[in-house]
Amino acid sequence: MRREAPNSLADYGPLLYPAVMLVVFFVVPFSTMIAVSFFKRDPAGFYKTDFVLDNYARFLTTFFGSVLGFSLMLAVLVAICCVAIAFPFTYLLTKCSRKVQTVWLVCLLSVLSLSEVIIGFSWSTLFSRTAGVTNLLVAIGLMSEPQALLPGFGAVLTGMVYQALPYTILVLYPALVRLDPTLLEAARTLGSSPVRAFFNVVTPALRNTLVATLIMVFVFALGSYLLPQILGRPQHWTLSVLITDQAIYQSNMPFAAAMAVFLVLISLALVGLTLLVGRKENAA
Amino acid sequence: MSGLSLNDVTKEFGNFKAVDRVALNVPHGTFVCLLGPSGCGKTTLLRMIAGLEEPTSGSIAIDDDDITKVPTHKRDLGMVFQSLALFPHLSVGENIAYPLRIRGRSKDEQARRVDELLKLIHLTGFADRPVAKLSGGQRQRVAIARALALSPRLFLLDEPLSALDAKLREAMQVELRQLQQKLGITTIVVTHDQREAMTMADLVVVMGEGRIRQAAAPVEIYRKPADAFVADFIGMTNLLPVEADGAGRAVVLGTAVPGLSLSAGVKKAQISVRPEDVRLTAPGDGAISGTVTFVRDLGGTIETFVEAGGRTIVAVATPRERPNVVAGSPVGIVLPAESCVVLEK
Repeated sequence: MRREAPNSLADYGPLLYPAVMLVVFFVVPFSTMIAVSFFKRDPAGFYKTDFVLDNYARFLTTFFGSVLGFSLMLAVLVAICCVAIAFPFTYLLTKCSRKVQTVWLVCLLSVLSLSEVIIGFSWSTLFSRTAGVTNLLVAIGLMSEPQALLPGFGAVLTGMVYQALPYTILVLYPALVRLDPTLLEAARTLGSSPVRAFFNVVTPALRNTLVATLIMVFVFALGSYLLPQILGRPQHWTLSVLITDQAIYQSNMPFAAAMAVFLVLISLALVGLTLLVGRKENAA
Repeated sequence: MSGLSLNDVTKEFGNFKAVDRVALNVPHGTFVCLLGPSGCGKTTLLRMIAGLEEPTSGSIAIDDDDITKVPTHKRDLGMVFQSLALFPHLSVGENIAYPLRIRGRSKDEQARRVDELLKLIHLTGFADRPVAKLSGGQRQRVAIARALALSPRLFLLDEPLSALDAKLREAMQVELRQLQQKLGITTIVVTHDQREAMTMADLVVVMGEGRIRQAAAPVEIYRKPADAFVADFIGMTNLLPVEADGAGRAVVLGTAVPGLSLSAGVKKAQISVRPEDVRLTAPGDGAISGTVTFVRDLGGTIETFVEAGGRTIVAVATPRERPNVVAGSPVGIVLPAESCVVLEK
């Protein structure tokens, strides 16, 4: 089918609805936030209209620098863990019978219905000393006495990976289902064991999907602010936690807005960089 | 027994027998075509030879090595898939070098072998092209080159030419046959196209409902089909009922065919007569009388459809021996006894 370029104003009509939605629900709130980030805080009330760079200057400190660094590192780690677990899992799932696939996918969808709060408190119970999984290890003789596994970095990571995993699998699933199964068979007839063929045929063939999934999980993990508080120590708090703290408990809206804008810019830059590197490698 | 041997190979999917006790010996350097309608088990058989399916029972051996339990990647074979299965993320050269790279051969050796193979398939200089930029015929050749990269013991092809247009397909059939003769490699091709099988094969194996119906040289399959299924599947044929009368003569559509007889004790059977063997004459004594219903003049050949005794018989002639008939003319049909194959099963 040949598509003609739109040439009259009426041809752009169908774009009107998404454009209005984007303006109302994205451009307006985001612009407001950018504007607020330059306002001056009023300790007595909320904030005063102004144009100051104080809010941005304030997090050019080692404290905010390290929190930002930690947030990005955590999000990257969650993304890598999720893809590393979900990719082989989803691949094996697509090899199962239709019935088995449906059961797994329904279970995964049901995990999505859990709120972050429920996930956080469930894991905090599972990692506790009194009722946690270590009691099982003691029961089968692998440990001498039960331990508390939280608060700690491992607990935060586990909780966040658990939360993001269903999304990862659901994003990877369609691509893996569509993958031509004869690619793997061809690799086997050419002398590659199934495991080897998975790494040197299936993985590179799905490279773009994997990169897109990594970015999605990364962005998803960057916004998490409840799990680090429930499962971690203060040094495991992410920038999102600090933003919530400033906005809600300290009533410092301008500073919170500045941090949010900064976080968005940094993550956009990282995503852009990933795509750029990917394109260069593809061209090479 | 040197070469490939299949010993009562059977594959069941649930209650369905896809391949049923297939036994076959393929000597070294033979070009075999597995031929049959879709669902006859030919692809399943090929996949079992490749190790992509495991036989329910029976065994497969190459040069007396039982390979039934050997995993695919240790079988030393090359296979071309219907989808070709070229690796989209690799260039033409990298695709061909893949089996060499997997085995840790040096870069020099890989490059040398890729050059050799590209020359063999007439694509010299294509090594750095991405596979997505190739035409259908070129991809076909690359898939063949990749499968041959390690000079395997066995070369398997699953409907390799089905994605090509008719003209290219004919040319590739000849090219594939010439390539196979040059390399002297044992080759097994699955196809549903009898013309393809006749062009390429030393040995045609006709399969139906999971069993081998006949395995023989192409001309023999055509001239002496073992049963009605084979006769009907290979080329066009006229299958007609035949009966033995009291005097021991064979009667077809009410007329005795001189020189033709059935085995003692057989009352009823079928005969297969190829359309080019059917002769049309003026209606009269000794000929089966019929009426022309349609004449298809294809330029190179002329097909005449004749209705006789409630059956349609097709006769094919060249323009030089053009029968002087039009639709509606009464006509006599003569079946030469030496061209009639009696199928008593």
